[in-house]
Amino acid sequence: MAITVEEVYETVSMTLYHHFDIRTVTLGVNLKDCADRRLAGVRGRIGPRLVKWGRALNHHADRIQQEFGIPITNRRISTTPIALLLEPLPRRAATIVALARTLDTAAAQADIDFIGGFGGYLQGGITEAESHLIDALPAALAATERLCGFFNLASTAAGVNMTAVERFGHVLRDLAGRTRRGIGCAKLALFANVPEDNPFMAGAHHGIGQPDLALNIGISGPGVVRAVVARHPDCDLTELSEVIKRTVFKITRAGELIGREMAHRMGVEFGIVDISLAATPAAGDSVAEIIEAMGVSRMGRPGSTAALAMLIDAVKKGGAMASGNVGGLSGTFIPVSEDAGMIRAVRSGALNLEKLEALTSVCSVGLDMFAVPGDTPADVLSAIIADELAIGVMNHKTTSVRVIPVPGAKPGDLVQFGGLLGSAPVMRVPRQAAAAWVARGGRIPAPLQALRN
Amino acid sequence: MARKKKPPAPKVFIVTVTGKDRVGIIARIANVMAEAQINIIDVSQRIMEDYFVMMMGCDVAGATADLEQIQQRLDRVARDLKLNITFQNETIFKMMHRV
Repeated sequence: MAITVEEVYETVSMTLYHHFDIRTVTLGVNLKDCADRRLAGVRGRIGPRLVKWGRALNHHADRIQQEFGIPITNRRISTTPIALLLEPLPRRAATIVALARTLDTAAAQADIDFIGGFGGYLQGGITEAESHLIDALPAALAATERLCGFFNLASTAAGVNMTAVERFGHVLRDLAGRTRRGIGCAKLALFANVPEDNPFMAGAHHGIGQPDLALNIGISGPGVVRAVVARHPDCDLTELSEVIKRTVFKITRAGELIGREMAHRMGVEFGIVDISLAATPAAGDSVAEIIEAMGVSRMGRPGSTAALAMLIDAVKKGGAMASGNVGGLSGTFIPVSEDAGMIRAVRSGALNLEKLEALTSVCSVGLDMFAVPGDTPADVLSAIIADELAIGVMNHKTTSVRVIPVPGAKPGDLVQFGGLLGSAPVMRVPRQAAAAWVARGGRIPAPLQALRN
Repeated sequence: MARKKKPPAPKVFIVTVTGKDRVGIIARIANVMAEAQINIIDVSQRIMEDYFVMMMGCDVAGATADLEQIQQRLDRVARDLKLNITFQNETIFKMMHRV
């Protein structure tokens, strides 16, 4: 059956009026074979490989975006967890920072805006090399621009590594102090149950179970979903869920097509489509505004958690029907700084840290891009991280934390990060939390998999 | 006997025009297509949400200009006539609207 004018117009208006885009194409690049006892050996191998593939990614993304008329906003690279490459290298901070610079320079040379993978899996314990990496992390992320770090600190199978959680409270304080407005912390995501194929930064990496090269794609269309919800002000929730499902099906199909076509033309494997709804600071491209269009007076007020749960379920159902390769995070992102509706919700007092945490338990990926005063004690940051990761561990889902302690900022301040990172209202957090509990260290054991009530 | 050259398989692109209706829109676009040896296979139009919407299916398989050049020429028409014009591979619509 021929395509109708109505159908063509629906697609075209998604990009013209509702910010529909392919948020990111992320090429996962295996670097395991680059391990070496000498730093020069590693650098000599990874630099040229990343530049070559980064340029190819940009080249094909430009062509495909033109041919299909769907903007491909970000082009990124994720690598094998760099902690693996550090194992055989000399245990010096200078080595770690030099390797960070190599990745950053390669990304710049290929005109790739972010490169992820500077981290490792610590849920079961920390090796000596990883311990050095944690110590050198603030220096490495402060010395680079495009490099992103991730660490998996917890999993349902292993529990929560509280010794690592305790250390990262200090890492965040240190990193924030070294970068303007603490922005370095926007490049570090801490996870429970991290997926190995997530295309979204800051947590993207090319996991150890991945092939040499894999093209992963993150679609996005909060603006499209908001518009369709706003066009159905009176229908009941069952029908609203159907409407959302159908819309997400369509945008996921676009992602699937573009991902497959990119992978085919580049001669690499097609990895996954991440169907997460990812907001941008642009007007209307907001997850909070979808919830408000559904009928919740302000994101964060009672009703938000249930509405968000329904939204993400409909997104998953529509997305899973549209692509056999749905993977990555595939949640709904509610980053405070990158979503105009979230910012409004915090500033109006409707949304606080406690409610944000509750929202993440039903659907979203975690506490993302929220700013706190720069003098928040490290143990309070660790306790916030522990709470969020525990939600992921107990609920068999990915959760992550990306918190920015902004030096000199007070609750209520609005901090501008610029670009895609937006601006964040500084949230009030308690100055006392669980110092003695965090200081115990050790591991919260893996939860029981039975007796689930 | 000289082997007859097979015509290339059709490669369909869709031009979409949205904006205010006026005289000469189809003529200008048809002109861009004819200059590049592109065959127009379908045209339909409708008023939707107060917008004039026109779609034109074209077979670009035998085009003498590349996609970027055609896009640039259409952009010029869009500027002249104050319209939105997009030019996209048909597959994107098929993927999104057909199960």
